[in-house]
Amino acid sequence: MAALINVPSKARRGDIIEIRTLTSHIMETGFRHTADGKLVPRDIITSFICRYNGAEIFRADLFPAIAANPYLSFFTVAKESGKFEFEWIGDNGYSSTASASITVG
Amino acid sequence: MISWRAIAAAILLVTAPALLAGEIPSDARRSGYAFMGPDTRAMQDDDTANPGMLFVLDGEQLWKKKTGSADRACADCHGDARTSMKGVAARYPAFDKDLGRPVTLDQRINLCRDNHQQATPLPYESRDLLALSAFVGHQSRSSPITAGDDPQLKPFVDQGRGLFMQREGQLNLACTNCHDDNFDKRLAGAPITQGQPTGYPLYRLEWQTLGSLERRLRSCMSGVRAQAYDYGSPELVALELYLMSRARGLPMETPAVRP
Amino acid sequence: MPTTRRQFLNLAGGMTVAGTVPIVTLRPLQATPAMLNAAIRNVVGEAQLRSGRIRLDIPPLVENGNTVPMTVSVASPMTADDHVKSIHVFNEKNPQPNIGNFYLGPSAGRAQVSTRIRLADTQKVVAIARLSDDTFWQVAADVVVTLAACTEEMN
Repeated sequence: MAALINVPSKARRGDIIEIRTLTSHIMETGFRHTADGKLVPRDIITSFICRYNGAEIFRADLFPAIAANPYLSFFTVAKESGKFEFEWIGDNGYSSTASASITVG
Repeated sequence: MISWRAIAAAILLVTAPALLAGEIPSDARRSGYAFMGPDTRAMQDDDTANPGMLFVLDGEQLWKKKTGSADRACADCHGDARTSMKGVAARYPAFDKDLGRPVTLDQRINLCRDNHQQATPLPYESRDLLALSAFVGHQSRSSPITAGDDPQLKPFVDQGRGLFMQREGQLNLACTNCHDDNFDKRLAGAPITQGQPTGYPLYRLEWQTLGSLERRLRSCMSGVRAQAYDYGSPELVALELYLMSRARGLPMETPAVRP
Repeated sequence: MPTTRRQFLNLAGGMTVAGTVPIVTLRPLQATPAMLNAAIRNVVGEAQLRSGRIRLDIPPLVENGNTVPMTVSVASPMTADDHVKSIHVFNEKNPQPNIGNFYLGPSAGRAQVSTRIRLADTQKVVAIARLSDDTFWQVAADVVVTLAACTEEMN
């Protein structure tokens, strides 16, 4: 399923750039019950990591209070051309990745 | 200024198609967008923040994917959706000659699957069907709604209008009682809109997912304590058609975001 | 539409929505102010919580508690010597007091994080920033959650 990544494709060295990510996930809280009383098991993304040319620049622990299809926005300083890698990890062995490249002049 | 406005209004009165009693004149029609707060608007306005776009992206993949025993993709017949599908969703539900009745965009997708791809139909509200209709609908963004213009649709528009005006459920309310007579007022803290279906399938914060106009209609019916019509039933299709014709001229917003 | 009493009872007893699990919203597991405090102490330990430097932007009145946009920002030069190490967000009345922990560093350039959260009810949201000198800065906001008029879920 899709993820939407928004990273500027070009930046000047030293620019502070915004990174926005949106990914498909139901984020089932584990606190809801079906009409016949059964607990709907928790199924959430528990962790998100962003790496810039291999080095971790941002990490998040997510809880059931994060809305479905998690959206995250954060910042980094454009230091060199290269690649941003994104990783979402969650319950039931969930894992997904995405990447975006940037040219820093 | 005032006289110019008066003239403009007079011209409009002369040229606008005759309105039925109780209908909202075309210059007073407002999308649900106009009733939302700034934060929800911001979520719809920015494609990189609009969660409905996740479904559009999935739909784009499905559009290109070969499926069914015909091993054919939507793109194999329709080519680039950006041109072939532009404005298409704005005229749905549309009249199907073979069936002799209107079909919704969801039904059209499944008819294509059945007739041309030899694939099984996608269930209503399934992720794949929503993704495909969101992708097709997205190509009509900003196109004015023209559904219902086909004269063959007239009896079905009339049927839908009848249903819209008909009281139902334990609360004994018709759609018109809220959405023609009381828009701009509030119900349990939420603004009552005109019920203009400009952005379906849309991402409803309440649902935390994308959903069809039929799902929305069914939840209204549950709200008035009526038994909701089944997905794809002639009644829901007629209601959808009437609602689209009632929104004539408003621009499409698919995938919209609503509270 | 003809709706018989039996049909209505069926509807009330087992309303289902295609494509979704029929859900009954239960709220017995509300977090308490004590749970909120415990969750905060779990992060800050015995450190003093100071006011200022941190800002929480969240609508005071939200249209739907299922998806509430929120931004936390901290006034910080974000240098190697003086930066924000982490931002922690909590709530008062969801079943669980934690919302998210966000770890950043001097390479962020700007100490600002946005996400979308769930708020089960009208309540207080608390954001805390941990700085590189291990001081903790706190801000709180009250959010009124509007309940939707017609929901598919039976409450």
